[in-house]
Amino acid sequence: MQMRTVEISVGAFVLAGILALIVLVVRVSGITLGPAEGSYTLYAEFNDVAGLRKRGKVSMAGVTVGRVEDISVDPSHGLAIVKLEIDGNVGSLPADTGARILTEGLLGARYIGLMPGADEEKLADGDYITDTQGALVLENLIGDLVTRLGAK
Amino acid sequence: MIQLLRIVGARFLERLGGLGRASVLWGTAMFGLPRRDDLRLLVRQMYNVGVLSLAIIVLSAFSIGAVIALQFYTQLARFGAEDAVGLGLALVLLRELGPVVTGLLFAGRAGSAITAEIGLMKSTEQLSSMEMMGVDPLHRIVAPRLWAGIICMPLLTAIFNVVAIYGGMVVAVEWLGSDRGGFWSGMQDVVELWDDVGKGMLKAVAFAIVVTWIAVFQGYDAEPTAEGIGLATTRTVVTGSVVVLAMDFFLTLGMYGDFG
Repeated sequence: MQMRTVEISVGAFVLAGILALIVLVVRVSGITLGPAEGSYTLYAEFNDVAGLRKRGKVSMAGVTVGRVEDISVDPSHGLAIVKLEIDGNVGSLPADTGARILTEGLLGARYIGLMPGADEEKLADGDYITDTQGALVLENLIGDLVTRLGAK
Repeated sequence: MIQLLRIVGARFLERLGGLGRASVLWGTAMFGLPRRDDLRLLVRQMYNVGVLSLAIIVLSAFSIGAVIALQFYTQLARFGAEDAVGLGLALVLLRELGPVVTGLLFAGRAGSAITAEIGLMKSTEQLSSMEMMGVDPLHRIVAPRLWAGIICMPLLTAIFNVVAIYGGMVVAVEWLGSDRGGFWSGMQDVVELWDDVGKGMLKAVAFAIVVTWIAVFQGYDAEPTAEGIGLATTRTVVTGSVVVLAMDFFLTLGMYGDFG
Protein backbone atom coordinates (compact mmCIF):
# COMPACT_ATOMS: atom_id res chain seq x y z
CA MET A 1 0.00 0.00 0.00
CA GLN A 2 1.25 3.45 -0.94
CA MET A 3 2.29 5.63 1.99
CA ARG A 4 0.15 8.42 0.53
CA THR A 5 -3.03 6.36 0.65
CA VAL A 6 -2.21 5.28 4.19
CA GLU A 7 -1.72 8.85 5.29
CA ILE A 8 -4.93 10.01 3.66
CA SER A 9 -7.01 7.26 5.21
CA VAL A 10 -5.47 7.82 8.65
CA GLY A 11 -6.22 11.51 8.32
CA ALA A 12 -9.82 10.76 7.37
CA PHE A 13 -10.10 8.33 10.27
CA VAL A 14 -8.82 10.84 12.81
CA LEU A 15 -11.15 13.53 11.46
CA ALA A 16 -14.09 11.11 11.62
CA GLY A 17 -13.19 10.27 15.21
CA ILE A 18 -12.97 13.90 16.24
CA LEU A 19 -16.22 14.64 14.43
CA ALA A 20 -17.86 11.79 16.33
CA LEU A 21 -16.60 13.28 19.61
CA ILE A 22 -18.07 16.65 18.67
CA VAL A 23 -21.40 15.01 17.83
CA LEU A 24 -21.35 13.29 21.23
CA VAL A 25 -20.66 16.57 22.99
CA VAL A 26 -23.06 18.81 21.10
CA ARG A 27 -25.87 16.59 19.88
CA VAL A 28 -26.02 13.88 22.52
CA SER A 29 -25.18 15.73 25.71
CA GLY A 30 -26.90 18.86 24.44
CA ILE A 31 -24.28 21.36 25.50
CA THR A 32 -25.15 24.73 24.02
CA LEU A 33 -22.22 26.58 22.57
CA GLY A 34 -21.90 30.31 22.77
CA PRO A 35 -22.69 32.67 25.64
CA ALA A 36 -25.00 31.18 28.24
CA GLU A 37 -28.30 32.91 28.75
CA GLY A 38 -28.67 35.06 31.81
CA SER A 39 -29.57 33.31 35.03
CA TYR A 40 -29.69 34.14 38.70
CA THR A 41 -29.65 32.32 41.98
CA LEU A 42 -32.43 31.82 44.50
CA TYR A 43 -32.50 29.82 47.71
CA ALA A 44 -35.34 27.86 49.23
CA GLU A 45 -35.55 26.11 52.59
CA PHE A 46 -37.50 22.90 52.83
CA ASN A 47 -38.26 20.71 55.82
CA ASP A 48 -37.73 17.64 53.59
CA VAL A 49 -36.33 17.30 50.09
CA ALA A 50 -36.43 13.47 50.01
CA GLY A 51 -35.16 12.31 46.66
CA LEU A 52 -34.46 15.69 45.06
CA ARG A 53 -31.21 15.59 43.13
CA LYS A 54 -28.70 18.09 41.89
CA ARG A 55 -29.52 19.27 38.37
CA GLY A 56 -33.16 18.41 38.97
CA LYS A 57 -35.72 20.50 37.15
CA VAL A 58 -37.28 23.69 38.44
CA SER A 59 -40.51 24.27 36.61
CA MET A 60 -43.40 26.66 36.55
CA ALA A 61 -46.71 25.64 35.01
CA GLY A 62 -44.95 22.59 33.59
CA VAL A 63 -42.26 24.56 31.79
CA THR A 64 -38.66 24.15 32.89
CA VAL A 65 -37.37 27.51 34.09
CA GLY A 66 -34.18 26.46 35.86
CA ARG A 67 -32.40 23.73 37.73
CA VAL A 68 -31.26 22.67 41.18
CA GLU A 69 -27.72 23.88 41.60
CA ASP A 70 -26.89 22.53 45.03
CA ILE A 71 -28.51 20.95 48.07
CA SER A 72 -27.12 21.44 51.56
CA VAL A 73 -28.42 21.08 55.08
CA ASP A 74 -28.72 23.62 57.86
CA PRO A 75 -28.11 21.38 60.89
CA SER A 76 -29.17 23.89 63.55
CA HIS A 77 -32.69 24.19 62.13
CA GLY A 78 -32.83 20.78 60.51
CA LEU A 79 -33.74 22.31 57.18
CA ALA A 80 -32.54 21.54 53.70
CA ILE A 81 -31.29 24.54 51.74
CA VAL A 82 -31.71 24.20 48.00
CA LYS A 83 -29.83 26.52 45.69
CA LEU A 84 -31.78 27.17 42.51
CA GLU A 85 -30.50 28.53 39.25
CA ILE A 86 -33.30 30.34 37.47
CA ASP A 87 -33.02 31.17 33.77
CA GLY A 88 -33.78 34.68 32.65
CA ASN A 89 -33.24 38.05 34.24
CA VAL A 90 -33.68 39.10 37.84
CA GLY A 91 -37.13 40.44 38.55
CA SER A 92 -39.20 37.85 36.75
CA LEU A 93 -40.62 36.30 39.92
CA PRO A 94 -42.80 38.01 42.57
CA ALA A 95 -41.45 38.05 46.13
CA ASP A 96 -44.22 35.79 47.44
CA THR A 97 -43.48 33.01 44.94
CA GLY A 98 -43.97 29.59 46.51
CA ALA A 99 -41.92 26.45 45.92
CA ARG A 100 -43.14 22.87 46.23
CA ILE A 101 -41.34 19.60 45.75
CA LEU A 102 -43.28 17.46 43.31
CA THR A 103 -42.86 14.11 41.64
CA GLU A 104 -42.91 13.49 37.91
CA GLY A 105 -45.47 10.79 37.31
CA LEU A 106 -45.84 7.98 39.80
CA LEU A 107 -42.22 6.88 40.02
CA GLY A 108 -40.52 9.78 38.29
CA ALA A 109 -37.81 12.11 39.48
CA ARG A 110 -38.48 14.80 42.06
CA TYR A 111 -38.57 18.36 40.86
CA ILE A 112 -39.39 21.79 42.20
CA GLY A 113 -42.56 23.51 41.11
CA LEU A 114 -42.76 27.28 41.47
CA MET A 115 -46.08 29.04 42.02
CA PRO A 116 -45.85 32.76 41.32
CA GLY A 117 -47.56 35.02 43.80
CA ALA A 118 -49.11 38.43 43.30
CA ASP A 119 -46.63 40.67 45.11
CA GLU A 120 -45.47 43.86 43.40
CA GLU A 121 -41.97 43.32 44.75
CA LYS A 122 -39.75 40.89 42.86
CA LEU A 123 -37.24 38.33 44.07
CA ALA A 124 -33.66 39.54 43.73
CA ASP A 125 -30.51 37.53 43.11
CA GLY A 126 -29.68 35.44 46.20
CA ASP A 127 -33.10 35.87 47.85
CA TYR A 128 -34.85 33.15 49.81
CA ILE A 129 -38.18 31.72 48.82
CA THR A 130 -40.11 31.62 52.09
CA ASP A 131 -43.35 29.94 51.11
CA THR A 132 -42.21 26.35 50.69
CA GLN A 133 -43.70 22.92 50.96
CA GLY A 134 -41.44 19.89 51.26
CA ALA A 135 -41.72 16.52 49.69
CA LEU A 136 -44.45 14.15 50.74
CA VAL A 137 -42.75 11.19 52.34
CA LEU A 138 -44.88 8.08 52.30
CA GLU A 139 -43.65 6.82 55.67
CA ASN A 140 -44.60 10.10 57.37
CA LEU A 141 -48.05 10.04 55.80
CA ILE A 142 -48.64 6.51 56.97
CA GLY A 143 -47.30 7.38 60.42
CA ASP A 144 -49.67 10.36 60.59
CA LEU A 145 -52.59 8.25 59.56
CA VAL A 146 -51.80 5.59 62.13
CA THR A 147 -51.55 8.09 65.02
CA ARG A 148 -54.81 9.79 64.00
CA LEU A 149 -56.67 6.53 63.75
CA GLY A 150 -55.20 5.54 67.11
CA ALA A 151 -56.36 8.82 68.71
CA LYS A 152 -59.96 8.28 67.71
CA MET B 1 3.69 -31.52 49.69
CA ILE B 2 7.03 -29.80 49.36
CA GLN B 3 6.87 -30.56 45.65
CA LEU B 4 3.46 -28.87 45.41
CA LEU B 5 4.72 -25.81 47.24
CA ARG B 6 7.66 -25.67 44.91
CA ILE B 7 5.43 -25.81 41.84
CA VAL B 8 3.17 -23.08 43.21
CA GLY B 9 6.18 -20.97 44.06
CA ALA B 10 7.77 -21.45 40.67
CA ARG B 11 4.52 -20.58 38.88
CA PHE B 12 4.10 -17.48 40.98
CA LEU B 13 7.65 -16.30 40.36
CA GLU B 14 7.21 -16.99 36.65
CA ARG B 15 4.04 -14.90 36.51
CA LEU B 16 5.66 -12.15 38.54
CA GLY B 17 8.65 -12.21 36.21
CA GLY B 18 6.31 -11.98 33.22
CA LEU B 19 4.55 -9.00 34.74
CA GLY B 20 7.87 -7.36 35.45
CA ARG B 21 9.14 -7.92 31.91
CA ALA B 22 5.87 -6.56 30.54
CA SER B 23 6.12 -3.44 32.67
CA VAL B 24 9.68 -2.77 31.61
CA LEU B 25 8.69 -3.30 27.99
CA TRP B 26 5.79 -0.91 28.30
CA GLY B 27 7.74 1.74 30.15
CA THR B 28 10.72 1.81 27.82
CA ALA B 29 8.53 1.72 24.72
CA MET B 30 6.06 4.39 25.81
CA PHE B 31 8.53 6.93 27.02
CA GLY B 32 11.42 6.52 24.63
CA LEU B 33 12.52 9.77 23.07
CA PRO B 34 10.81 10.44 19.74
CA ARG B 35 12.96 10.50 16.63
CA ARG B 36 12.59 11.88 13.12
CA ASP B 37 10.97 8.87 11.50
CA ASP B 38 8.57 8.12 14.31
CA LEU B 39 5.59 9.97 12.97
CA ARG B 40 5.68 7.93 9.79
CA LEU B 41 5.76 4.69 11.78
CA LEU B 42 2.92 5.90 13.96
CA VAL B 43 0.76 6.80 10.97
CA ARG B 44 1.36 3.37 9.47
CA GLN B 45 0.31 1.68 12.72
CA MET B 46 -2.71 3.93 13.10
CA TYR B 47 -3.73 2.70 9.69
CA ASN B 48 -3.35 -0.94 10.76
CA VAL B 49 -4.96 -0.52 14.15
CA GLY B 50 -7.54 2.18 13.50
CA VAL B 51 -8.57 2.41 9.88
CA LEU B 52 -8.70 -1.34 9.34
CA SER B 53 -10.83 -1.80 12.48
CA LEU B 54 -13.34 0.78 11.28
CA ALA B 55 -15.50 -1.57 9.24
CA ILE B 56 -16.13 -4.04 12.05
CA ILE B 57 -16.73 -1.22 14.54
CA VAL B 58 -19.26 0.56 12.35
CA LEU B 59 -21.13 -2.63 11.45
CA SER B 60 -21.33 -3.88 15.04
CA ALA B 61 -22.25 -0.44 16.33
CA PHE B 62 -25.15 -0.12 13.94
CA SER B 63 -26.61 -3.52 14.76
CA ILE B 64 -26.09 -3.12 18.51
CA GLY B 65 -27.71 0.31 18.51
CA ALA B 66 -30.62 -0.98 16.45
CA VAL B 67 -31.21 -4.00 18.64
CA ILE B 68 -31.05 -2.03 21.90
CA ALA B 69 -33.52 0.50 20.53
CA LEU B 70 -35.83 -2.30 19.49
CA GLN B 71 -35.74 -3.94 22.92
CA PHE B 72 -36.11 -0.68 24.79
CA TYR B 73 -38.97 0.38 22.57
CA THR B 74 -41.03 -2.78 22.98
CA GLN B 75 -40.62 -2.73 26.77
CA LEU B 76 -41.06 1.01 27.27
CA ALA B 77 -44.08 1.16 24.96
CA ARG B 78 -45.98 -0.85 27.57
CA PHE B 79 -45.72 2.10 29.93
CA GLY B 80 -46.21 4.66 27.20
CA ALA B 81 -42.64 5.86 27.74
CA GLU B 82 -41.32 5.49 24.19
CA ASP B 83 -39.61 8.85 24.49
CA ALA B 84 -37.18 7.32 26.97
CA VAL B 85 -35.66 5.14 24.24
CA GLY B 86 -33.19 7.86 23.30
CA LEU B 87 -31.88 8.50 26.77
CA GLY B 88 -31.72 4.80 27.68
CA LEU B 89 -29.81 4.06 24.50
CA ALA B 90 -27.40 6.95 24.99
CA LEU B 91 -26.66 6.14 28.64
CA VAL B 92 -26.13 2.43 28.02
CA LEU B 93 -23.83 3.15 25.10
CA LEU B 94 -21.82 6.02 26.52
CA ARG B 95 -21.27 4.50 29.93
CA GLU B 96 -20.83 0.80 29.24
CA LEU B 97 -21.40 -0.76 25.87
CA GLY B 98 -19.47 1.75 23.77
CA PRO B 99 -16.08 1.38 25.46
CA VAL B 100 -16.54 -2.29 26.38
CA VAL B 101 -17.66 -3.62 23.00
CA THR B 102 -15.09 -1.47 21.23
CA GLY B 103 -12.48 -2.86 23.61
CA LEU B 104 -13.52 -6.44 22.89
CA LEU B 105 -13.61 -5.92 19.14
CA PHE B 106 -10.34 -4.07 19.34
CA ALA B 107 -8.70 -6.97 21.19
CA GLY B 108 -10.02 -9.38 18.59
CA ARG B 109 -9.30 -7.34 15.49
CA ALA B 110 -6.25 -5.21 16.24
CA GLY B 111 -4.75 -6.97 19.26
CA SER B 112 -4.52 -10.37 17.57
CA ALA B 113 -2.94 -8.79 14.48
CA ILE B 114 -0.32 -7.02 16.59
CA THR B 115 0.57 -10.20 18.48
CA ALA B 116 0.80 -12.32 15.34
CA GLU B 117 2.92 -9.73 13.57
CA ILE B 118 5.39 -9.25 16.39
CA GLY B 119 5.47 -12.99 17.09
CA LEU B 120 6.33 -13.72 13.48
CA MET B 121 9.01 -11.03 13.52
CA LYS B 122 10.47 -12.72 16.54
CA SER B 123 10.37 -16.23 15.10
CA THR B 124 11.95 -15.08 11.82
CA GLU B 125 14.58 -13.34 13.92
CA GLN B 126 13.83 -9.90 12.53
CA LEU B 127 13.86 -8.53 16.05
CA SER B 128 17.33 -9.89 16.81
CA SER B 129 18.64 -8.64 13.47
CA MET B 130 17.38 -5.19 14.32
CA GLU B 131 19.20 -5.34 17.61
CA MET B 132 22.36 -6.42 15.75
CA MET B 133 22.05 -3.41 13.46
CA GLY B 134 21.78 -1.18 16.49
CA VAL B 135 18.07 -0.45 15.98
CA ASP B 136 16.04 -0.71 19.13
CA PRO B 137 13.02 -2.91 18.34
CA LEU B 138 11.20 -1.50 21.36
CA HIS B 139 11.44 1.88 19.77
CA ARG B 140 10.81 0.93 16.18
CA ILE B 141 8.26 -1.88 16.57
CA VAL B 142 6.62 -1.70 19.97
CA ALA B 143 6.27 2.02 20.69
CA PRO B 144 4.35 2.99 17.53
CA ARG B 145 1.87 0.17 18.09
CA LEU B 146 1.24 1.14 21.71
CA TRP B 147 0.74 4.78 20.86
CA ALA B 148 -1.42 3.98 17.83
CA GLY B 149 -3.68 1.86 20.04
CA ILE B 150 -4.00 4.56 22.67
CA ILE B 151 -4.83 7.20 20.05
CA CYS B 152 -7.18 5.07 17.97
CA MET B 153 -9.28 3.34 20.63
CA PRO B 154 -11.01 6.48 22.00
CA LEU B 155 -11.68 7.65 18.45
CA LEU B 156 -13.13 4.25 17.57
CA THR B 157 -15.26 4.38 20.72
CA ALA B 158 -16.61 7.80 19.79
CA ILE B 159 -17.43 6.56 16.30
CA PHE B 160 -19.04 3.44 17.78
CA ASN B 161 -21.27 5.51 20.06
CA VAL B 162 -22.38 7.88 17.35
CA VAL B 163 -23.11 5.14 14.83
CA ALA B 164 -24.98 3.11 17.44
CA ILE B 165 -27.10 6.07 18.51
CA TYR B 166 -27.99 6.80 14.90
CA GLY B 167 -28.67 3.09 14.35
CA GLY B 168 -31.02 3.18 17.32
CA MET B 169 -32.65 6.29 15.97
CA VAL B 170 -33.28 4.64 12.63
CA VAL B 171 -35.15 1.84 14.39
CA ALA B 172 -36.99 3.87 17.03
CA VAL B 173 -37.87 6.94 14.99
CA GLU B 174 -37.92 5.99 11.33
CA TRP B 175 -39.24 2.48 11.68
CA LEU B 176 -41.26 2.22 14.89
CA GLY B 177 -42.40 5.82 14.70
CA SER B 178 -41.53 7.23 18.10
CA ASP B 179 -41.16 10.98 18.21
CA ARG B 180 -37.91 12.42 16.88
CA GLY B 181 -38.00 15.44 19.18
CA GLY B 182 -38.62 13.26 22.23
CA PHE B 183 -35.80 10.95 21.26
CA TRP B 184 -33.22 13.73 21.17
CA SER B 185 -34.50 15.99 23.94
CA GLY B 186 -34.85 13.09 26.36
CA MET B 187 -31.25 12.23 25.62
CA GLN B 188 -29.98 15.79 25.93
CA ASP B 189 -31.82 16.32 29.20
CA VAL B 190 -30.13 13.44 30.94
CA VAL B 191 -26.72 12.95 29.35
CA GLU B 192 -23.99 14.88 31.13
CA LEU B 193 -20.83 15.97 29.40
CA TRP B 194 -18.35 14.74 31.98
CA ASP B 195 -20.32 12.06 33.79
CA ASP B 196 -21.39 10.17 30.69
CA VAL B 197 -19.31 11.23 27.69
CA GLY B 198 -16.09 12.04 29.56
CA LYS B 199 -15.99 9.00 31.81
CA GLY B 200 -16.85 6.73 28.89
CA MET B 201 -13.89 8.11 26.98
CA LEU B 202 -11.69 7.65 30.03
CA LYS B 203 -12.69 4.00 30.07
CA ALA B 204 -11.78 3.73 26.40
CA VAL B 205 -8.31 5.10 27.09
CA ALA B 206 -7.83 2.67 29.97
CA PHE B 207 -8.91 -0.28 27.83
CA ALA B 208 -6.67 0.87 25.00
CA ILE B 209 -3.60 0.95 27.23
CA VAL B 210 -4.27 -2.51 28.64
CA VAL B 211 -5.28 -4.24 25.41
CA THR B 212 -2.39 -2.96 23.31
CA TRP B 213 -0.01 -3.67 26.15
CA ILE B 214 -1.20 -7.27 26.37
CA ALA B 215 -1.06 -7.67 22.60
CA VAL B 216 2.46 -6.32 22.26
CA PHE B 217 3.78 -8.24 25.22
CA GLN B 218 2.25 -11.54 24.10
CA GLY B 219 3.86 -11.09 20.70
CA TYR B 220 7.19 -10.13 22.19
CA ASP B 221 7.13 -12.95 24.70
CA ALA B 222 5.82 -15.62 22.30
CA GLU B 223 7.56 -18.94 21.76
CA PRO B 224 9.25 -18.40 18.39
CA THR B 225 7.47 -21.32 16.72
CA ALA B 226 4.32 -21.57 14.61
CA GLU B 227 2.50 -23.12 17.54
CA GLY B 228 3.81 -20.52 19.95
CA ILE B 229 2.53 -17.66 17.81
CA GLY B 230 -0.88 -19.31 17.57
CA LEU B 231 -1.01 -19.71 21.34
CA ALA B 232 0.14 -16.15 21.92
CA THR B 233 -2.54 -14.79 19.58
CA THR B 234 -5.23 -16.75 21.38
CA ARG B 235 -3.91 -15.54 24.72
CA THR B 236 -4.08 -11.94 23.54
CA VAL B 237 -7.74 -12.19 22.63
CA VAL B 238 -8.72 -14.19 25.71
CA THR B 239 -6.71 -12.20 28.26
CA GLY B 240 -7.55 -8.92 26.57
CA SER B 241 -11.29 -9.59 26.59
CA VAL B 242 -11.38 -10.87 30.16
CA VAL B 243 -9.30 -7.97 31.41
CA VAL B 244 -11.53 -5.46 29.62
CA LEU B 245 -14.65 -6.92 31.21
CA ALA B 246 -13.13 -7.20 34.67
CA MET B 247 -11.61 -3.73 34.50
CA ASP B 248 -14.93 -2.31 33.37
CA PHE B 249 -16.57 -3.49 36.57
CA PHE B 250 -13.98 -1.83 38.75
CA LEU B 251 -13.89 1.35 36.68
CA THR B 252 -17.68 1.59 36.91
CA LEU B 253 -17.48 0.97 40.63
CA GLY B 254 -14.91 3.73 41.01
CA MET B 255 -16.61 6.20 38.67
CA TYR B 256 -20.28 5.78 39.45
CA GLY B 257 -20.41 3.81 42.68
CA ASP B 258 -21.50 5.98 45.60
CA PHE B 259 -18.95 4.91 48.16
CA GLY B 260 -17.16 7.00 50.70
